Amino acid sequence: MTSQTSTEYEKYYVPPKSRLAIFTTIGLVLSVFGASHVLNDMTFGDPSVETNSWSIFLTGLFVFIATLFAWFKMTIKENMAGMNSAQLKKSYVLGMFWFIFSEVMFFAAFFGALFYVRNLSGPWLGGEGEAGRMNSLLWEGFQFSWPLITTPQDAVGGAGAQLMANNGTYLGAEKSMAFANAHAWWAWLPLWNTILLITSSFTVHIAHSGLLAGNKKKFNLWLAISVTLAVVFLYVQYLEYHEAYAEFGLMLSSGTYGSTFFMLTGFHGFHVFMGMTMLLVQLIRSLKSNHFTAEDHFGFEASSWYWHFVDVVWVMLFLFVYIL
Amino acid sequence: MGDHHHGPAKGLTRWITTTNHKDIGSMYLWFSFAMFILGGAFAMIIRAELFQPGLQLVEPGFFNQMTTMHGLVMVFGAIMPSFVGLANWMIPMMIGAPDMALPRMNNLSFWILPPSFIMLACTLFMDGGAPQAGWTFYAPLSTTYAPPSVTFFIFSVHLLGVSSIMGSINIIATVMNLRAPGMTYMKMPLFVWTWLITAFLLVAVMPVLAGAVTMMLMDVHFGTSFFSAAGGGDPVLFQHVFWFFGHPEVYIIILPAFGVVSQIIPTFSRKRLFGYDSMVYATASIAFLSFIVWAHHMFTVGMPVAGELFFMYATMLIAVPTGVKVFNWVTTMWRGSLTFETPMMFSIGFLILFTIGGFTGLMLAIAPVDFQYHDSYFVVAHFHYVMVAGAIFSMSAAIYYWLPKWCGRMYNEKMGQLHFWVSFVGFNLAFFPQHFVGLAGMPRRIPDYALQFTDFNMMSSIGAFIYGAAQILFLYNVIATIVSGKPTSEEKTWEGAEGLEWTVATPAPYHTFETPPPVK
Repeated sequence: MTSQTSTEYEKYYVPPKSRLAIFTTIGLVLSVFGASHVLNDMTFGDPSVETNSWSIFLTGLFVFIATLFAWFKMTIKENMAGMNSAQLKKSYVLGMFWFIFSEVMFFAAFFGALFYVRNLSGPWLGGEGEAGRMNSLLWEGFQFSWPLITTPQDAVGGAGAQLMANNGTYLGAEKSMAFANAHAWWAWLPLWNTILLITSSFTVHIAHSGLLAGNKKKFNLWLAISVTLAVVFLYVQYLEYHEAYAEFGLMLSSGTYGSTFFMLTGFHGFHVFMGMTMLLVQLIRSLKSNHFTAEDHFGFEASSWYWHFVDVVWVMLFLFVYIL
Repeated sequence: MGDHHHGPAKGLTRWITTTNHKDIGSMYLWFSFAMFILGGAFAMIIRAELFQPGLQLVEPGFFNQMTTMHGLVMVFGAIMPSFVGLANWMIPMMIGAPDMALPRMNNLSFWILPPSFIMLACTLFMDGGAPQAGWTFYAPLSTTYAPPSVTFFIFSVHLLGVSSIMGSINIIATVMNLRAPGMTYMKMPLFVWTWLITAFLLVAVMPVLAGAVTMMLMDVHFGTSFFSAAGGGDPVLFQHVFWFFGHPEVYIIILPAFGVVSQIIPTFSRKRLFGYDSMVYATASIAFLSFIVWAHHMFTVGMPVAGELFFMYATMLIAVPTGVKVFNWVTTMWRGSLTFETPMMFSIGFLILFTIGGFTGLMLAIAPVDFQYHDSYFVVAHFHYVMVAGAIFSMSAAIYYWLPKWCGRMYNEKMGQLHFWVSFVGFNLAFFPQHFVGLAGMPRRIPDYALQFTDFNMMSSIGAFIYGAAQILFLYNVIATIVSGKPTSEEKTWEGAEGLEWTVATPAPYHTFETPPPVK
């Protein structure tokens, strides 16, 4: 390593001045500013007053997405023009790796919340251990079990009868998403989703090996199959949510079970959507512009890492949200 | 694509469109100073109100908004961005890199900050006022009982998180990938090491903070019950998620400060840093331990005894690597040819006062003792000793140390010394008495207090005003240096300084190390 001299050094490409950052900022800030107003109108606002919150939010989102499009387009162009040295490509690899790590930690927060409620605070609320003394004072009659169908508020007889003040109504669901509540084993949607997502991880891998072997046809075919599987997954997820709301009375507001279930699967679903979009973009790039070679295909590689990450998160979800 | 050797653009667009690590570093530094003044103004309001017992100047609700905004602005607006600015300026120059690894993203991570702080500051003028639940914004104060502006606060925290994560990924990629050939990991300057580890901590915990505020958002607007016992959740869950972020966060603040001091003390001792390897391992150990001690902030919430004990012992373990560091700094000075220029004065000030803050931290780590200290002014004194005398003293040291390299002009040494001594006296006058009132039972975040605390609070307020005034002097000194300081073109501003940043011209050219320098 120390023997490398500066004559062998390939110049690291430092891009010239660019307006991408400022437009991304404008898009990002407008969309969160709009989103804050949309939410506050919903919760604290007067429904008879017309506001333009939605248009601020959507304008921001549009600027943000358009700028990201331009940004990725520019980096692809630079790469095609051969401006990216091997060293710069490694920076992109590191960037993607640590980005995925940050995503792992984001999910960790929600999994942590789930474990905490299921194993510690839930049982305490139900009267277990030293910390359970408050059960008979505040939530008399509440028994903890998971999935939590009867909330403490239900158990004491509704918001009016509860001793502890707060502003909300927290009514439990009728049924959980557990296997026991499915009509038949084949009607248990998460099982199908698991099969879909694991299969798609394999198909992405087959596409990658096709690309590495220089077989573009194989690559395009298997990548297209992967994207299709992702779309089907999202559709099944939609069916599942519909079932939860319409048949099981399970909502976002149905106590901690509803909160953790919808937040974990919802964020995962959003990440599936992102991963699907990423793979789709790679497919379009490959079909339209023949961008990838066996040696140089980081756009696809990064998307496939992201896809495998989303898949691993699902396996965790399947285990801890649906089965255990 | 522009010309090959793109120099700085003219006018305002230079700063908006720049991809240059030095430009971006400067913007971070100026922005953080602006936030330091804003957060300082909030502190002055707090201290003015506490000058004597009773309610004089502000309503209790507004007082709470002030303590909250002071903490948020200082932590997220002043200290963190200032060290990111320093990282931007120095890391490429210290490892022989042409720039940061991902320069356009670098600009994005800066530009997100000002608008998100404007949004945060605007909450002061909204219906119901700014968030008032403290910088730790515990549920249900920040959910059930929060003003509507909490939504804007949540999204601004999201933006700060996005900015920090991008900034850290950039730093990690730069350090791992852009070191000059021959610059092995164990040859890196310690400032680079501490920032690499800090960046790792940031990537690991900023998403957890995002998770915490997202849960708040859902509880406020969508009826989820993460933090509501009525729905089967638990308000204490918020504290766990928050402190899982929050404890590594305090090391995110102090580790780069360790790095700065580890650069400066050897320079003015004219000796190599004592125990370089052990410094690296100590930093890594502190980072690891920071993930398993978070609940020492929550000893009084009613954890099981096993939890109290685990978090108590794990916390006390941190004293070992921190002790290694303090020992190494002192030993570096031992039998050195010491001189006491302003950066060295601030570093020694750091060393003494940070050690005091560390000892009070050790006191707070003892669970049964913490039952008395919890949420008292003792805690306030403790963390201001590590945040102000730790992070901000070392930041001041860093500015004096590298300013000649940045702008090619020497600061006024007399004014620098004056800034140090006024800061040192003001700081201690402000915060040392808070130990006593805290131990005697004065709670934090309360606008009024019992009569017997009056004398110490008056001293505290006078000290705070003196410390605040010293920072205006600092601002004047920095501007005066940039505008009309004595020009210097020596590559090595300080005779004892080592490292690649002292091999480039002074002032540092717009682009440095377009080809990597040789490293022995």
